[in-house]
Amino acid sequence: MTNVLVCIKRVPDSSGQILLTDDAQGIDGRFVGFTVSDHENSAIELAIRVADATGGTVTLVTVGSDEATEQLRGALALGGHAAVLVEADPATLGPADIAREIAQVVTDHEASGTTYDLVLLGNDAADSGDFQVPIRLAYALGRPIVTGASVVEVADEVLVAHVDGPEGEETYTVPLPAVASVLEGGVEPRYPTLKGRMAAKKVGIETRSTSDEPVGAHRVRLLLPPAESSSVEVLGDGPEAAGAVVDLLERLAVVR
Amino acid sequence: MILVLVEPENGSANEVSLETLALARSMSSEIEAVVVGDVADRDALSAELGAHGVSAVHQAVGDALESFAGAAWAAALQQVQASTGADVVIAGGTPRGGEVLAHLAARLDVPMAANAIGVEGSSPYVVTRQVVGGAALEEMALDSSPAIFTVAGHSWSATPADSPASPTWNEATPEIAEHDLLARVTATGQKEVDHSDSLKTARVVVGAGRGAGSAEGFGPVSELAEMLGGSLGVSRVVTSLGWRPHHEQVGQTGSRIAPELYIPCGISGAIQHWAGCASSKVILAVNTDAEAPMMTKANYAVVGDMHEVVPAIIDELKRRGSTPAQ
Repeated sequence: MTNVLVCIKRVPDSSGQILLTDDAQGIDGRFVGFTVSDHENSAIELAIRVADATGGTVTLVTVGSDEATEQLRGALALGGHAAVLVEADPATLGPADIAREIAQVVTDHEASGTTYDLVLLGNDAADSGDFQVPIRLAYALGRPIVTGASVVEVADEVLVAHVDGPEGEETYTVPLPAVASVLEGGVEPRYPTLKGRMAAKKVGIETRSTSDEPVGAHRVRLLLPPAESSSVEVLGDGPEAAGAVVDLLERLAVVR
Repeated sequence: MILVLVEPENGSANEVSLETLALARSMSSEIEAVVVGDVADRDALSAELGAHGVSAVHQAVGDALESFAGAAWAAALQQVQASTGADVVIAGGTPRGGEVLAHLAARLDVPMAANAIGVEGSSPYVVTRQVVGGAALEEMALDSSPAIFTVAGHSWSATPADSPASPTWNEATPEIAEHDLLARVTATGQKEVDHSDSLKTARVVVGAGRGAGSAEGFGPVSELAEMLGGSLGVSRVVTSLGWRPHHEQVGQTGSRIAPELYIPCGISGAIQHWAGCASSKVILAVNTDAEAPMMTKANYAVVGDMHEVVPAIIDELKRRGSTPAQ
Protein backbone atom coordinates (compact mmCIF):
# COMPACT_ATOMS: atom_id res chain seq x y z
CA MET A 1 0.00 0.00 0.00
CA THR A 2 1.49 3.31 -1.04
CA ASN A 3 -0.09 6.52 0.18
CA VAL A 4 0.82 9.38 -2.12
CA LEU A 5 1.01 13.05 -1.22
CA VAL A 6 0.65 15.40 -4.20
CA CYS A 7 1.69 19.03 -3.90
CA ILE A 8 -0.20 21.52 -6.05
CA LYS A 9 -0.17 25.30 -6.45
CA ARG A 10 -2.82 27.79 -7.43
CA VAL A 11 -1.24 29.74 -10.29
CA PRO A 12 -2.45 32.41 -12.71
CA ASP A 13 -3.52 31.09 -16.08
CA SER A 14 -0.69 32.58 -18.10
CA SER A 15 -2.33 32.15 -21.48
CA GLY A 16 -3.64 35.70 -21.21
CA GLN A 17 -1.93 39.02 -20.58
CA ILE A 18 -1.05 39.64 -16.98
CA LEU A 19 -0.87 42.80 -14.88
CA LEU A 20 1.30 43.43 -11.85
CA THR A 21 0.23 44.74 -8.46
CA ASP A 22 1.08 48.39 -7.71
CA ASP A 23 4.02 47.40 -5.52
CA ALA A 24 5.38 45.15 -8.33
CA GLN A 25 5.62 42.26 -5.87
CA GLY A 26 2.92 40.07 -7.36
CA ILE A 27 0.50 39.43 -10.18
CA ASP A 28 -2.78 41.30 -10.04
CA GLY A 29 -5.23 38.47 -9.56
CA ARG A 30 -8.37 40.47 -10.28
CA PHE A 31 -8.32 39.98 -14.01
CA VAL A 32 -6.86 36.52 -14.48
CA GLY A 33 -8.16 33.01 -14.11
CA PHE A 34 -6.38 30.57 -11.82
CA THR A 35 -5.44 27.01 -12.47
CA VAL A 36 -3.08 24.15 -11.61
CA SER A 37 -0.11 23.55 -13.92
CA ASP A 38 -0.01 20.75 -16.48
CA HIS A 39 2.91 19.16 -14.64
CA GLU A 40 0.82 18.97 -11.46
CA ASN A 41 -2.21 17.59 -13.29
CA SER A 42 0.06 14.82 -14.56
CA ALA A 43 1.36 14.29 -10.99
CA ILE A 44 -2.23 13.92 -9.74
CA GLU A 45 -2.96 11.38 -12.47
CA LEU A 46 0.15 9.34 -11.62
CA ALA A 47 -0.67 9.50 -7.90
CA ILE A 48 -4.17 8.12 -8.51
CA ARG A 49 -2.71 5.27 -10.59
CA VAL A 50 -0.11 4.40 -7.94
CA ALA A 51 -2.73 4.51 -5.16
CA ASP A 52 -5.16 2.38 -7.18
CA ALA A 53 -2.47 -0.17 -8.00
CA THR A 54 -1.29 -0.51 -4.40
CA GLY A 55 -4.51 0.03 -2.43
CA GLY A 56 -3.22 3.33 -1.05
CA THR A 57 -4.64 6.84 -0.84
CA VAL A 58 -4.03 10.20 -2.51
CA THR A 59 -3.72 13.32 -0.35
CA LEU A 60 -3.43 16.79 -1.85
CA VAL A 61 -1.52 19.60 -0.19
CA THR A 62 -1.09 23.23 -1.11
CA VAL A 63 0.64 26.14 0.58
CA GLY A 64 -1.22 29.33 -0.19
CA SER A 65 -4.24 31.48 0.39
CA ASP A 66 -7.71 30.30 1.32
CA GLU A 67 -8.65 30.73 -2.35
CA ALA A 68 -6.45 27.73 -3.21
CA THR A 69 -9.26 25.60 -1.73
CA GLU A 70 -10.74 25.82 -5.24
CA GLN A 71 -7.70 23.98 -6.68
CA LEU A 72 -7.73 21.42 -3.84
CA ARG A 73 -11.41 20.64 -4.50
CA GLY A 74 -10.70 20.37 -8.22
CA ALA A 75 -7.96 17.83 -7.54
CA LEU A 76 -10.12 15.92 -5.04
CA ALA A 77 -12.78 15.58 -7.73
CA LEU A 78 -10.31 13.63 -9.85
CA GLY A 79 -9.90 10.94 -7.19
CA GLY A 80 -8.12 12.40 -4.14
CA HIS A 81 -9.04 11.15 -0.68
CA ALA A 82 -7.93 14.01 1.58
CA ALA A 83 -6.57 17.54 1.32
CA VAL A 84 -4.44 19.91 3.38
CA LEU A 85 -4.24 23.68 3.09
CA VAL A 86 -1.25 25.36 4.71
CA GLU A 87 -2.58 28.87 4.87
CA ALA A 88 -0.06 31.58 3.98
CA ASP A 89 0.39 34.60 1.76
CA PRO A 90 2.20 33.02 -1.20
CA ALA A 91 4.00 36.30 -1.95
CA THR A 92 5.93 36.03 1.33
CA LEU A 93 7.26 32.53 0.63
CA GLY A 94 10.26 31.25 -1.29
CA PRO A 95 10.94 27.69 -2.42
CA ALA A 96 12.77 26.83 0.83
CA ASP A 97 9.71 27.94 2.84
CA ILE A 98 7.26 25.92 0.77
CA ALA A 99 9.48 22.85 1.01
CA ARG A 100 9.75 23.25 4.79
CA GLU A 101 5.96 23.56 5.19
CA ILE A 102 5.26 20.47 3.07
CA ALA A 103 7.91 18.51 4.99
CA GLN A 104 6.15 19.53 8.22
CA VAL A 105 2.86 18.11 6.91
CA VAL A 106 4.58 14.82 6.03
CA THR A 107 6.23 14.60 9.46
CA ASP A 108 3.07 15.52 11.40
CA HIS A 109 0.87 13.08 9.49
CA GLU A 110 3.42 10.35 10.01
CA ALA A 111 3.34 11.00 13.74
CA SER A 112 -0.44 10.54 13.66
CA GLY A 113 -0.25 7.30 11.67
CA THR A 114 -0.38 8.26 7.96
CA THR A 115 2.84 7.67 6.07
CA TYR A 116 3.41 9.05 2.57
CA ASP A 117 5.94 6.76 0.95
CA LEU A 118 5.76 8.78 -2.23
CA VAL A 119 5.51 12.57 -2.54
CA LEU A 120 4.85 13.91 -6.04
CA LEU A 121 5.18 17.51 -7.22
CA GLY A 122 5.17 19.34 -10.53
CA ASN A 123 8.55 19.87 -12.14
CA ASP A 124 8.38 23.63 -11.49
CA ALA A 125 5.84 26.16 -10.35
CA ALA A 126 4.10 27.64 -13.39
CA ASP A 127 4.29 31.16 -11.93
CA SER A 128 7.55 31.53 -9.99
CA GLY A 129 9.41 28.90 -12.05
CA ASP A 130 11.91 28.20 -9.27
CA PHE A 131 12.64 24.54 -10.11
CA GLN A 132 13.58 23.94 -6.46
CA VAL A 133 10.71 22.95 -4.15
CA PRO A 134 10.86 19.20 -4.97
CA ILE A 135 14.61 19.01 -4.33
CA ARG A 136 14.54 21.17 -1.19
CA LEU A 137 11.65 19.01 0.10
CA ALA A 138 13.67 15.84 -0.52
CA TYR A 139 16.55 17.27 1.52
CA ALA A 140 14.18 18.38 4.30
CA LEU A 141 12.83 14.83 4.49
CA GLY A 142 16.19 13.10 3.95
CA ARG A 143 14.78 11.21 0.97
CA PRO A 144 16.06 10.51 -2.54
CA ILE A 145 14.49 12.44 -5.41
CA VAL A 146 13.95 11.96 -9.12
CA THR A 147 13.18 15.15 -11.06
CA GLY A 148 11.41 15.55 -14.38
CA ALA A 149 9.77 12.11 -14.38
CA SER A 150 7.18 11.58 -17.10
CA VAL A 151 5.96 8.28 -15.64
CA VAL A 152 6.29 6.86 -12.11
CA GLU A 153 5.24 3.42 -10.89
CA VAL A 154 5.54 1.64 -7.57
CA ALA A 155 6.22 -2.08 -7.21
CA ASP A 156 7.51 -3.95 -4.16
CA GLU A 157 8.35 -0.80 -2.19
CA VAL A 158 10.42 0.54 -5.06
CA LEU A 159 9.79 3.61 -7.18
CA VAL A 160 10.45 3.18 -10.88
CA ALA A 161 10.62 6.55 -12.64
CA HIS A 162 11.12 7.31 -16.31
CA VAL A 163 12.83 10.52 -17.39
CA ASP A 164 13.40 11.77 -20.92
CA GLY A 165 17.16 12.38 -20.52
CA PRO A 166 19.70 13.94 -22.87
CA GLU A 167 20.82 10.54 -24.18
CA GLY A 168 17.50 8.71 -24.20
CA GLU A 169 14.88 7.49 -21.77
CA GLU A 170 16.43 7.10 -18.34
CA THR A 171 15.08 4.70 -15.73
CA TYR A 172 15.55 5.35 -12.03
CA THR A 173 14.89 2.56 -9.53
CA VAL A 174 14.68 4.12 -6.10
CA PRO A 175 13.81 2.63 -2.70
CA LEU A 176 10.78 4.16 -0.98
CA PRO A 177 10.13 6.51 0.71
CA ALA A 178 11.01 8.90 -2.09
CA VAL A 179 10.11 12.20 -3.74
CA ALA A 180 9.57 12.72 -7.48
CA SER A 181 8.79 15.76 -9.60
CA VAL A 182 6.67 15.19 -12.67
CA LEU A 183 7.00 16.64 -16.16
CA GLU A 184 3.82 16.61 -18.22
CA GLY A 185 3.59 14.43 -21.28
CA GLY A 186 3.89 10.87 -19.96
CA VAL A 187 0.24 10.37 -19.03
CA GLU A 188 -3.08 11.84 -20.06
CA PRO A 189 -4.68 13.47 -16.99
CA ARG A 190 -8.30 12.41 -16.44
CA TYR A 191 -11.26 14.74 -16.29
CA PRO A 192 -13.47 14.94 -13.18
CA THR A 193 -16.74 13.03 -13.14
CA LEU A 194 -19.96 14.44 -11.73
CA LYS A 195 -19.77 11.81 -8.99
CA GLY A 196 -16.21 12.90 -8.27
CA ARG A 197 -17.23 16.54 -8.01
CA MET A 198 -20.04 15.70 -5.59
CA ALA A 199 -17.74 13.54 -3.45
CA ALA A 200 -15.07 16.28 -3.41
CA LYS A 201 -17.51 18.74 -1.85
CA LYS A 202 -17.92 16.47 1.18
CA VAL A 203 -14.22 16.06 1.95
CA GLY A 204 -13.10 18.08 4.96
CA ILE A 205 -9.97 20.10 4.19
CA GLU A 206 -7.38 20.19 6.98
CA THR A 207 -6.33 23.81 7.40
CA ARG A 208 -3.05 24.63 9.12
CA SER A 209 -0.86 27.65 9.61
CA THR A 210 2.82 27.88 8.71
CA SER A 211 5.34 26.34 11.08
CA ASP A 212 8.11 28.90 10.88
CA GLU A 213 9.03 32.44 9.82
CA PRO A 214 9.57 32.55 6.05
CA VAL A 215 12.98 33.27 4.56
CA GLY A 216 11.17 34.66 1.50
CA ALA A 217 11.73 34.60 -2.24
CA HIS A 218 14.52 37.25 -2.42
CA ARG A 219 12.33 39.09 -4.91
CA VAL A 220 13.31 42.68 -5.63
CA ARG A 221 10.41 43.28 -8.00
CA LEU A 222 8.51 41.93 -10.95
CA LEU A 223 8.66 43.59 -14.35
CA LEU A 224 6.68 43.17 -17.51
CA PRO A 225 8.82 42.45 -20.54
CA PRO A 226 9.14 45.50 -22.78
CA ALA A 227 6.21 45.70 -25.18
CA GLU A 228 7.40 45.02 -28.67
CA SER A 229 5.99 47.41 -31.16
CA SER A 230 4.47 45.62 -34.09
CA SER A 231 6.40 46.11 -37.29
CA VAL A 232 4.84 43.23 -39.12
CA GLU A 233 4.97 43.27 -42.90
CA VAL A 234 1.86 41.66 -44.38
CA LEU A 235 2.87 39.67 -47.46
CA GLY A 236 -0.69 39.23 -48.66
CA ASP A 237 -4.02 37.52 -48.23
CA GLY A 238 -4.74 33.84 -48.80
CA PRO A 239 -3.10 31.56 -51.38
CA GLU A 240 -2.24 34.55 -53.62
CA ALA A 241 0.51 35.41 -51.13
CA ALA A 242 2.45 32.23 -52.03
CA GLY A 243 4.67 34.04 -54.55
CA ALA A 244 5.63 36.71 -52.01
CA VAL A 245 6.31 33.99 -49.40
CA VAL A 246 8.69 32.10 -51.69
CA ASP A 247 10.38 35.40 -52.65
CA LEU A 248 10.99 35.91 -48.92
CA LEU A 249 12.28 32.34 -48.51
CA GLU A 250 14.78 33.01 -51.30
CA ARG A 251 15.77 36.37 -49.80
CA LEU A 252 16.39 34.71 -46.41
CA ALA A 253 18.45 32.03 -48.20
CA VAL A 254 16.17 29.29 -46.87
CA VAL A 255 15.69 27.94 -50.39
CA ARG A 256 17.41 28.49 -53.70
CA MET B 1 35.82 33.40 -9.19
CA ILE B 2 32.92 31.99 -11.14
CA LEU B 3 32.47 28.25 -11.37
CA VAL B 4 30.50 27.04 -14.38
CA LEU B 5 29.07 23.53 -14.60
CA VAL B 6 29.69 22.49 -18.21
CA GLU B 7 27.65 19.73 -19.83
CA PRO B 8 29.57 17.97 -22.59
CA GLU B 9 27.59 16.61 -25.51
CA ASN B 10 29.25 14.42 -28.14
CA GLY B 11 32.64 15.46 -26.84
CA SER B 12 32.23 19.23 -26.80
CA ALA B 13 30.44 21.60 -24.44
CA ASN B 14 26.76 21.96 -25.28
CA GLU B 15 25.48 25.26 -26.65
CA VAL B 16 23.88 26.50 -23.44
CA SER B 17 27.10 25.81 -21.52
CA LEU B 18 28.95 28.09 -23.95
CA GLU B 19 26.19 30.72 -23.60
CA THR B 20 26.61 30.47 -19.83
CA LEU B 21 30.37 31.00 -20.16
CA ALA B 22 29.61 34.16 -22.17
CA LEU B 23 27.43 35.48 -19.36
CA ALA B 24 30.15 34.52 -16.86
CA ARG B 25 32.70 36.63 -18.79
CA SER B 26 30.38 39.62 -18.47
CA MET B 27 30.68 39.23 -14.67
CA SER B 28 34.34 38.35 -14.12
CA SER B 29 37.60 37.48 -15.82
CA GLU B 30 38.18 34.56 -13.46
CA ILE B 31 36.22 31.61 -14.76
CA GLU B 32 36.70 27.93 -14.01
CA ALA B 33 34.67 24.98 -15.26
CA VAL B 34 33.48 21.72 -13.74
CA VAL B 35 32.78 18.63 -15.82
CA VAL B 36 31.46 15.44 -14.25
CA GLY B 37 32.27 11.97 -15.51
CA ASP B 38 34.34 10.72 -18.42
CA VAL B 39 35.32 13.07 -21.23
CA ALA B 40 35.69 11.74 -24.78
CA ASP B 41 38.60 13.98 -25.80
CA ARG B 42 40.19 15.96 -23.01
CA ASP B 43 42.48 18.04 -25.25
CA ALA B 44 39.63 19.08 -27.53
CA LEU B 45 37.32 20.02 -24.65
CA SER B 46 40.13 21.86 -22.87
CA ALA B 47 40.90 23.89 -25.99
CA GLU B 48 37.23 24.69 -26.52
CA LEU B 49 36.71 25.82 -22.92
CA GLY B 50 39.93 27.84 -23.06
CA ALA B 51 38.66 29.60 -26.16
CA HIS B 52 35.59 30.57 -24.13
CA GLY B 53 37.65 32.06 -21.30
CA VAL B 54 38.03 29.16 -18.86
CA SER B 55 41.35 29.20 -16.95
CA ALA B 56 40.94 25.87 -15.11
CA VAL B 57 38.87 22.75 -15.66
CA HIS B 58 37.94 20.53 -12.72
CA GLN B 59 36.96 17.04 -13.82
CA ALA B 60 35.20 14.85 -11.26
CA VAL B 61 35.59 11.14 -11.97
CA GLY B 62 34.99 7.82 -10.26
CA ASP B 63 32.68 4.82 -10.23
CA ALA B 64 30.03 6.79 -8.29
CA LEU B 65 29.70 9.25 -11.18
CA GLU B 66 29.43 6.72 -14.01
CA SER B 67 25.67 7.08 -14.31
CA PHE B 68 23.81 10.30 -13.54
CA ALA B 69 22.62 11.04 -10.01
CA GLY B 70 21.64 14.66 -9.27
CA ALA B 71 22.77 14.50 -5.64
CA ALA B 72 26.11 12.88 -6.53
CA TRP B 73 26.85 15.45 -9.23
CA ALA B 74 25.98 18.21 -6.75
CA ALA B 75 28.31 16.61 -4.17
CA ALA B 76 31.12 16.69 -6.74
CA LEU B 77 30.38 20.32 -7.61
CA GLN B 78 30.12 21.21 -3.92
CA GLN B 79 33.62 19.84 -3.27
CA VAL B 80 35.11 21.90 -6.10
CA GLN B 81 33.28 25.01 -4.83
CA ALA B 82 34.62 24.42 -1.33
CA SER B 83 38.21 23.85 -2.45
CA THR B 84 38.29 26.80 -4.87
CA GLY B 85 36.19 29.20 -2.78
CA ALA B 86 34.16 30.19 -5.84
CA ASP B 87 31.68 32.92 -4.93
CA VAL B 88 29.37 32.24 -7.90
CA VAL B 89 28.26 28.85 -9.25
CA ILE B 90 26.23 28.78 -12.45
CA ALA B 91 25.04 26.34 -15.12
CA GLY B 92 22.97 26.34 -18.27
CA GLY B 93 19.23 26.21 -17.69
CA THR B 94 18.89 22.65 -18.98
CA PRO B 95 16.94 20.07 -16.96
CA ARG B 96 20.24 18.62 -15.76
CA GLY B 97 21.87 21.99 -15.03
CA GLY B 98 18.83 23.15 -13.06
CA GLU B 99 18.60 19.88 -11.17
CA VAL B 100 22.25 19.82 -10.09
CA LEU B 101 22.28 23.47 -9.00
CA ALA B 102 19.03 23.07 -7.05
CA HIS B 103 20.67 20.15 -5.23
CA LEU B 104 23.71 22.32 -4.53
CA ALA B 105 21.56 25.21 -3.26
CA ALA B 106 19.62 22.86 -0.97
CA ARG B 107 22.84 21.29 0.36
CA LEU B 108 24.37 24.71 1.08
CA ASP B 109 21.03 26.16 2.25
CA VAL B 110 21.38 29.22 0.02
CA PRO B 111 18.89 30.69 -2.49
CA MET B 112 19.03 29.93 -6.18
CA ALA B 113 17.64 31.73 -9.23
CA ALA B 114 16.45 29.67 -12.19
CA ASN B 115 16.59 30.81 -15.81
CA ALA B 116 18.48 34.08 -15.55
CA ILE B 117 18.68 36.26 -18.63
CA GLY B 118 21.02 38.80 -17.06
CA VAL B 119 22.83 39.77 -13.88
CA GLU B 120 23.97 43.06 -12.36
CA GLY B 121 25.82 44.21 -9.27
CA SER B 122 27.86 41.93 -7.05
CA SER B 123 26.76 42.39 -3.46
CA PRO B 124 24.10 41.28 -3.85
CA TYR B 125 24.01 39.93 -7.37
CA VAL B 126 20.68 41.03 -8.86
CA VAL B 127 19.54 38.42 -11.33
CA THR B 128 16.79 39.07 -13.87
CA ARG B 129 14.94 35.90 -14.75
CA GLN B 130 11.90 34.69 -16.63
CA VAL B 131 8.77 33.87 -14.62
CA VAL B 132 5.15 33.06 -15.44
CA GLY B 133 6.29 31.31 -18.59
CA GLY B 134 7.94 34.46 -19.89
CA ALA B 135 4.91 36.72 -19.30
CA ALA B 136 6.87 38.56 -16.60
CA LEU B 137 10.43 39.05 -15.41
CA GLU B 138 11.63 38.92 -11.84
CA GLU B 139 14.60 40.69 -10.31
CA MET B 140 15.97 38.53 -7.54
CA ALA B 141 18.72 39.48 -5.08
CA LEU B 142 21.24 36.73 -4.35
CA ASP B 143 22.91 37.84 -1.14
CA SER B 144 24.41 34.53 0.00
CA SER B 145 27.74 33.02 -0.95
CA PRO B 146 28.03 31.30 -3.26
CA ALA B 147 25.44 32.95 -5.51
CA ILE B 148 23.79 30.15 -7.50
CA PHE B 149 21.80 30.50 -10.70
CA THR B 150 21.05 28.88 -14.04
CA VAL B 151 21.07 30.75 -17.35
CA ALA B 152 18.07 30.54 -19.68
CA GLY B 153 18.93 29.02 -23.04
CA HIS B 154 19.30 31.40 -26.00
CA SER B 155 19.50 34.45 -23.72
CA TRP B 156 23.23 34.96 -24.38
CA SER B 157 25.23 34.46 -27.53
CA ALA B 158 27.82 31.67 -27.32
CA THR B 159 30.68 33.80 -28.65
CA PRO B 160 34.26 32.89 -27.74
CA ALA B 161 36.43 35.08 -25.49
CA ASP B 162 38.50 37.94 -26.95
CA SER B 163 41.63 36.46 -25.40
CA PRO B 164 41.61 32.66 -25.14
CA ALA B 165 43.17 30.88 -22.15
CA SER B 166 45.07 27.62 -21.80
CA PRO B 167 43.25 25.94 -18.95
CA THR B 168 44.91 23.77 -16.35
CA TRP B 169 43.19 20.40 -16.00
CA ASN B 170 42.52 19.06 -12.50
CA GLU B 171 41.13 15.56 -12.21
CA ALA B 172 39.78 14.40 -8.86
CA THR B 173 37.69 11.57 -7.43
CA PRO B 174 35.27 13.15 -4.96
CA GLU B 175 33.81 11.40 -1.94
CA ILE B 176 30.21 10.45 -2.70
CA ALA B 177 27.94 9.30 0.15
CA GLU B 178 25.74 6.24 -0.34
CA HIS B 179 22.64 8.32 0.26
CA ASP B 180 23.50 10.55 -2.71
CA LEU B 181 23.40 7.51 -4.99
CA LEU B 182 19.92 6.25 -4.02
CA ALA B 183 18.35 8.05 -6.97
CA ARG B 184 20.59 7.38 -9.96
CA VAL B 185 19.99 6.36 -13.53
CA THR B 186 19.88 2.57 -13.64
CA ALA B 187 19.17 2.19 -17.35
CA THR B 188 19.22 4.42 -20.42
CA GLY B 189 17.16 3.49 -23.46
CA GLN B 190 18.00 4.27 -27.02
CA LYS B 191 17.17 7.78 -28.04
CA GLU B 192 14.29 7.72 -30.46
CA VAL B 193 15.18 8.87 -33.93
CA ASP B 194 13.87 12.31 -34.90
CA HIS B 195 13.19 13.30 -31.30
CA SER B 196 12.94 16.94 -30.21
CA ASP B 197 16.69 17.40 -30.81
CA SER B 198 16.11 17.94 -34.50
CA LEU B 199 13.41 20.48 -33.66
CA LYS B 200 15.63 22.40 -31.23
CA THR B 201 18.49 22.68 -33.70
CA ALA B 202 16.49 23.09 -36.93
CA ARG B 203 17.36 26.06 -39.13
CA VAL B 204 13.72 26.32 -40.20
CA VAL B 205 10.68 25.27 -38.17
CA VAL B 206 7.17 25.10 -39.59
CA GLY B 207 4.64 25.29 -36.76
CA ALA B 208 1.02 24.25 -36.63
CA GLY B 209 -1.64 24.86 -34.01
CA ARG B 210 -5.33 24.36 -33.44
CA GLY B 211 -5.93 25.70 -36.95
CA ALA B 212 -4.76 22.34 -38.34
CA GLY B 213 -8.25 21.16 -37.43
CA SER B 214 -7.56 17.47 -36.81
CA ALA B 215 -4.83 14.84 -36.57
CA GLU B 216 -5.12 14.51 -40.35
CA GLY B 217 -4.49 18.22 -40.92
CA PHE B 218 -0.67 18.12 -40.66
CA GLY B 219 0.16 16.70 -44.11
CA PRO B 220 0.83 20.02 -45.85
CA VAL B 221 2.81 21.61 -42.95
CA SER B 222 4.93 18.44 -42.66
CA GLU B 223 5.55 18.53 -46.40
CA LEU B 224 6.50 22.21 -46.25
CA ALA B 225 8.89 21.56 -43.34
CA GLU B 226 10.54 18.81 -45.39
CA MET B 227 10.79 20.97 -48.51
CA LEU B 228 12.54 23.67 -46.47
CA GLY B 229 14.90 21.17 -44.83
CA GLY B 230 13.32 21.95 -41.47
CA SER B 231 11.29 20.41 -38.67
CA LEU B 232 7.65 20.44 -37.63
CA GLY B 233 6.77 22.12 -34.33
CA VAL B 234 3.30 22.28 -32.77
CA SER B 235 1.47 24.20 -30.07
CA ARG B 236 0.37 22.70 -26.76
CA VAL B 237 -3.27 22.30 -27.75
CA VAL B 238 -2.16 20.02 -30.58
CA THR B 239 -0.38 17.61 -28.23
CA SER B 240 -3.15 17.89 -25.60
CA LEU B 241 -5.65 16.77 -28.21
CA GLY B 242 -3.38 13.87 -29.09
CA TRP B 243 -2.95 15.04 -32.69
CA ARG B 244 0.84 15.03 -32.56
CA PRO B 245 3.51 13.61 -30.16
CA HIS B 246 4.75 15.70 -27.23
CA HIS B 247 8.34 15.90 -28.52
CA GLU B 248 7.12 18.16 -31.33
CA GLN B 249 5.71 20.71 -28.88
CA VAL B 250 7.17 24.22 -28.86
CA GLY B 251 6.60 26.36 -25.80
CA GLN B 252 7.07 26.79 -22.08
CA THR B 253 6.45 23.10 -21.41
CA GLY B 254 7.87 21.88 -24.72
CA SER B 255 11.01 22.71 -26.66
CA ARG B 256 12.50 26.17 -26.88
CA ILE B 257 13.61 26.87 -30.41
CA ALA B 258 15.77 29.53 -32.04
CA PRO B 259 15.67 28.86 -35.79
CA GLU B 260 16.65 31.27 -38.54
CA LEU B 261 13.01 31.16 -39.66
CA TYR B 262 9.87 30.08 -37.84
CA ILE B 263 6.63 29.72 -39.80
CA PRO B 264 3.74 29.31 -37.31
CA CYS B 265 0.54 28.32 -39.14
CA GLY B 266 -2.80 28.57 -37.37
CA ILE B 267 -1.08 29.34 -34.04
CA SER B 268 -2.60 32.24 -32.13
CA GLY B 269 0.55 32.85 -30.11
CA ALA B 270 -0.43 32.34 -26.46
CA ILE B 271 2.31 33.32 -24.03
CA GLN B 272 3.26 29.69 -23.31
CA HIS B 273 3.94 29.17 -26.98
CA TRP B 274 5.69 32.52 -27.40
CA ALA B 275 8.06 31.59 -24.54
CA GLY B 276 9.31 28.74 -26.70
CA CYS B 277 9.70 30.55 -30.03
CA ALA B 278 10.57 34.16 -29.12
CA SER B 279 14.25 33.59 -29.94
CA SER B 280 13.50 32.83 -33.60
CA LYS B 281 15.43 35.23 -35.84
CA VAL B 282 12.56 35.76 -38.30
CA ILE B 283 8.90 34.81 -37.87
CA LEU B 284 6.47 34.43 -40.75
CA ALA B 285 2.96 33.85 -39.39
CA VAL B 286 0.01 32.41 -41.28
CA ASN B 287 -3.37 32.93 -39.63
CA THR B 288 -6.96 33.79 -40.51
CA ASP B 289 -7.01 36.30 -37.65
CA ALA B 290 -4.83 39.31 -38.47
CA GLU B 291 -5.13 40.46 -34.85
CA ALA B 292 -3.88 37.20 -33.28
CA PRO B 293 -0.85 37.87 -31.00
CA MET B 294 1.42 35.79 -33.24
CA MET B 295 0.44 37.89 -36.26
CA THR B 296 1.24 41.19 -34.55
CA LYS B 297 4.55 39.92 -33.08
CA ALA B 298 5.76 38.33 -36.33
CA ASN B 299 8.11 39.98 -38.81
CA TYR B 300 6.01 38.84 -41.77
CA ALA B 301 2.41 37.70 -42.00
CA VAL B 302 0.02 36.11 -44.44
CA VAL B 303 -3.64 36.56 -43.59
CA GLY B 304 -5.41 33.40 -44.62
CA ASP B 305 -6.40 29.82 -43.93
CA MET B 306 -3.34 27.58 -43.52
CA HIS B 307 -5.23 24.85 -45.43
CA GLU B 308 -5.17 27.09 -48.50
CA VAL B 309 -1.97 29.08 -47.97
CA VAL B 310 0.41 26.22 -47.15
CA PRO B 311 -0.49 24.09 -50.22
CA ALA B 312 -0.14 27.22 -52.36
CA ILE B 313 3.38 27.83 -50.99
CA ILE B 314 4.25 24.17 -51.66
CA ASP B 315 2.97 24.50 -55.25
CA GLU B 316 4.99 27.67 -55.78
CA LEU B 317 8.16 26.01 -54.41
CA LYS B 318 7.60 23.07 -56.78
CA ARG B 319 6.91 25.41 -59.69
CA ARG B 320 10.23 27.21 -59.11
CA GLY B 321 12.05 23.93 -58.42
CA SER B 322 13.27 25.32 -55.09
CA THR B 323 15.54 23.23 -52.86
CA PRO B 324 16.71 23.83 -49.28
CA ALA B 325 19.73 26.12 -49.30
CA GLN B 326 21.56 24.02 -46.68
